[in-house]
Amino acid sequence: MPLFDSLYNFAHWLTQNREEAEDLVQETYAKALRGFASFQPGTNFRAWIFRILRNTFLTSRSGLAATKTVPLESDDDQKPAVAVSDETPESILLEQAGQQQIQDALEQVPAIYREVLLLCDVEEMSYQEIAETLAVPIGTVMSRLYRARKALRAALEEKMREAKHA
Amino acid sequence: MPDDTWQPKLDQYLDSELSAEEMRGMDAHLRECASCASEALRRLQLKRATHLAGQRYAPSAEFRRRIEKQVAAKGRPRRVLLWVPVLAVAMLLLASVVTIGRWYERTRSQQLLAELADIHVADLASPTPVDVVSSDRHTVKPWFQGRLPFTFDLPELEGTGYKLVGGRVAYLEHEPGAHLLYDVGAHHISVFIFRDRPEIERVFPARDSSRRVLSFHVESWAAGGLRYFVFGDASLESIQGLGRLLKQAGA
Repeated sequence: MPLFDSLYNFAHWLTQNREEAEDLVQETYAKALRGFASFQPGTNFRAWIFRILRNTFLTSRSGLAATKTVPLESDDDQKPAVAVSDETPESILLEQAGQQQIQDALEQVPAIYREVLLLCDVEEMSYQEIAETLAVPIGTVMSRLYRARKALRAALEEKMREAKHA
Repeated sequence: MPDDTWQPKLDQYLDSELSAEEMRGMDAHLRECASCASEALRRLQLKRATHLAGQRYAPSAEFRRRIEKQVAAKGRPRRVLLWVPVLAVAMLLLASVVTIGRWYERTRSQQLLAELADIHVADLASPTPVDVVSSDRHTVKPWFQGRLPFTFDLPELEGTGYKLVGGRVAYLEHEPGAHLLYDVGAHHISVFIFRDRPEIERVFPARDSSRRVLSFHVESWAAGGLRYFVFGDASLESIQGLGRLLKQAGA
């Protein structure tokens, strides 16, 4: 089935709930089948079906709740991607952090940033594909990615601090 | 000390989103600037960790069956306008198969190449990038005896401009292989030799191919049941030149 595992993984990350993720994927396939005429051959199928899933999520109850927690920084305010902190190099941080801690940290990243991180680093979409999926300009993709990585790193450092004091 | 010109572009560089010219510029800068090279390595490690950690949720078999039924039901013949849903489903499946196939191969090959890029970068950053230090192939090759379940031939390099630095054992998806380090000019080139496996052959179907990953040049081929990767930031000509010498040695 087309992109089934990827869509489910993305849906579960968005909804944080197995049943809601299943409903979301099911509705996505239903909409894709109904609206296949709107898919333009030659355009990106993956971006198209991920966009359906995301739009479906945004109009769901949990999606509407997630969009209420929008960070204060503006998307257009793109900052240079300098190192977040030189005190804890990734090599040491990642060596100490287990997969579970990285996943926990990823969960703490705001949804608007987590989705762009998942599309870029997990689904390995290009910036253009992500822009098509999220229906935003490429500049916005870049600034969200910058903030997403910064937030992930901060959450990871926090997890490590908690683990040290536990 | 962060570099204001290049550091803001590091994420785009690691996401392969810079133009070819900017990629070359960044390559050259990273060879010169230890601060940016170290920062690039950190970000690459975080990106790889995110990639693995992000693949967290898998659908249940029951749910998969349910969706398959749903898709199949949509494709069931109807009396009215029978051809419309059938054609739609066929087109969807065709587009999906092509897209998924290409995407899977691209993802798998990118994963393998990214793993090699990690080894190449991490070993170069290490204070001891090789475990056997010698420019003599008759010293380096025997060092792998008893360490690898296969053997290979190394070329004579006199007068070629290439210099053998040494080697160590590397692991690609838990399979041991040889990691040889060569110098040409100021560039370091890694040569990886592993047993060829169907999983690797599927994503590198061509017996001989050149690619770019994270702006590194990669030459790969299969010969005698072994899979070779020549990997580095040197020019494509230099990478291919070393590849030719290795192929001649193995012929």
